[in-house]
Amino acid sequence: MKLKAFWKKWGVSYLFAAPYVLLFLLFTVVPVLVAMALSFTSYNMLQPPVWVGWANYVKLLFADDVFLIAVKNTLLFAAITGPLSYMLCLLLAWFINELKPTMRTILTLLFYAPSISGNVFMIWTILFSGDIYGWVNSVLIRWGIIYEPVRWLTDPDTLLWVTMLVTLWMSLGTSFLAFIAGLQGIDETLYEAGALDGVRNRWQELWFITLPAMRPQLLFGAIISITTSFAAGSNIVALVGFPSTDYAGHTVITHLMDYGNIRFEMGYASAIATLLFIVMLGTQQLVQRMLRKIG
Amino acid sequence: MQLPIYRKRVTRSPGGDLASLVMLLLLGAFMALPMVYVISGAFKPLNELFLFPPRFFVRNPTLDNFKDLAVLMSESWVPISRYLLNTLIITCLGTAGHVLFASLCAFAISKHRFPGSRVIFNLIVISLMFAPEVTAIPNYLIIARLGWIDSYRAVIVPAWQSSLGLFLMKQFMDQMIPDSLLEAARIDGATEWQVFRRVAMPTVRPAWLTLIILSFQSLWGNTGSSFIYSENLKTLPYALNQIVAGGIARAGVGAAVALLMMIVPVTVFIFNQRSVVQTMGTSGLKE
Repeated sequence: MKLKAFWKKWGVSYLFAAPYVLLFLLFTVVPVLVAMALSFTSYNMLQPPVWVGWANYVKLLFADDVFLIAVKNTLLFAAITGPLSYMLCLLLAWFINELKPTMRTILTLLFYAPSISGNVFMIWTILFSGDIYGWVNSVLIRWGIIYEPVRWLTDPDTLLWVTMLVTLWMSLGTSFLAFIAGLQGIDETLYEAGALDGVRNRWQELWFITLPAMRPQLLFGAIISITTSFAAGSNIVALVGFPSTDYAGHTVITHLMDYGNIRFEMGYASAIATLLFIVMLGTQQLVQRMLRKIG
Repeated sequence: MQLPIYRKRVTRSPGGDLASLVMLLLLGAFMALPMVYVISGAFKPLNELFLFPPRFFVRNPTLDNFKDLAVLMSESWVPISRYLLNTLIITCLGTAGHVLFASLCAFAISKHRFPGSRVIFNLIVISLMFAPEVTAIPNYLIIARLGWIDSYRAVIVPAWQSSLGLFLMKQFMDQMIPDSLLEAARIDGATEWQVFRRVAMPTVRPAWLTLIILSFQSLWGNTGSSFIYSENLKTLPYALNQIVAGGIARAGVGAAVALLMMIVPVTVFIFNQRSVVQTMGTSGLKE
């Protein structure tokens, strides 16, 4: 009887939510749990998984030199592109917001377009081509900055930096739009009050009024930025190939793809995925704490 | 929307305005450079593509690259219209299902607040952080177990549960649909489905337009290559990538392909920019 009353009250809600929630469980929640479970096994897709305990993690952390390179690259990559793209999104959204509507629309499109243009980023491989026909090389040689063409995408000293540049180029995506929208939604009277209270320049206004007012968007943007900067991998492979010279462009994701898609060591690959997931969750908590200090 | 006068006077200096404009223009040029290069490259004749020193802009624009692309396409074993059809099927069904299921679920979470809805929503927020690669292996196993390998379903059905779409929809509904509006419809005797269909959905038009765009963008460029093996089920991006992979002589064709693949999502965005920005305005996350 109690159940019947409960169903009468909430049945429709559960029916509404059911299709999405079931799919979400099947294709997002279950895969995460399966990955965590598989990370304690040895599994090659042909024979059933064999339980190996912590062996994958021990090997990953203490015996896999390439993984350490991948971690180093990923951290470097995330520490640079993450905050930079976040700042870039915020700063550009802020500047754009002060323009007249037409100009604002055009610039928004211009900055947003690379993130939705699919494979267009591959054009950078032509611009950064390693011979003198590469546009960057030819310009730098003509200006006398370098005398021999730099092999941008195969030289271990440069390739990671080029991929960072390309990533930044295409990073003005969802967070950028969220920031623009957040800025437009701020109550004008807040600024009036601020001006009366002695806010003198645009930076004070940004710090004391604008940013606190759009804190929810900032948190949303942070989540998106963290994800994209830690998940760098497939675009890097597209730009510099796999494996990259001296593993200079090797990231945790490419390491994961290597063991998952090429070597079929699914247990080991799942351990990599699980670790990555934990690190991303931790970073998000950290950023959330930092955002509370604004204003 | 221009700044009100008082604000202009108190917190803005002409120097600062100029500096921010200069920075915008510089960064804008940097952003536009590769795009311009693609567009100009698509119209370059062969002798300009391999010029030394390389030239940025096209001198004698031609449609040769597009003609070559048409020839290459007509020579392909599976007609190119088939690839296009495959991509359209995947994109349309994937987008339609995503908008319907995500809106229904968002509506229940946002407006019914049924027992368990907070847990579900928190899980969805966490899943915003998943890189697709993290779940790729188990996903493959599940889709294989379902027997969906080498069918459209393998790409379409998982697209229905993209978490960004549900998240944006729920946040938008929270702020944009007043409860009194729904209550009025219920008092008039509308069923919950009618309330959803006739009251809620028309109110959140910007949000579902945004969901359509996001879903369209991700499916349009989807090669589906990890699930689909049959040549006549493969997608347009896959086929075009194959053509471009034909070597250095295809550089011009490659630029033409890139231009064609880019035009569609960018055009779709242009026409819906206002809706998207409005939807993103409610995307904020409370701590």
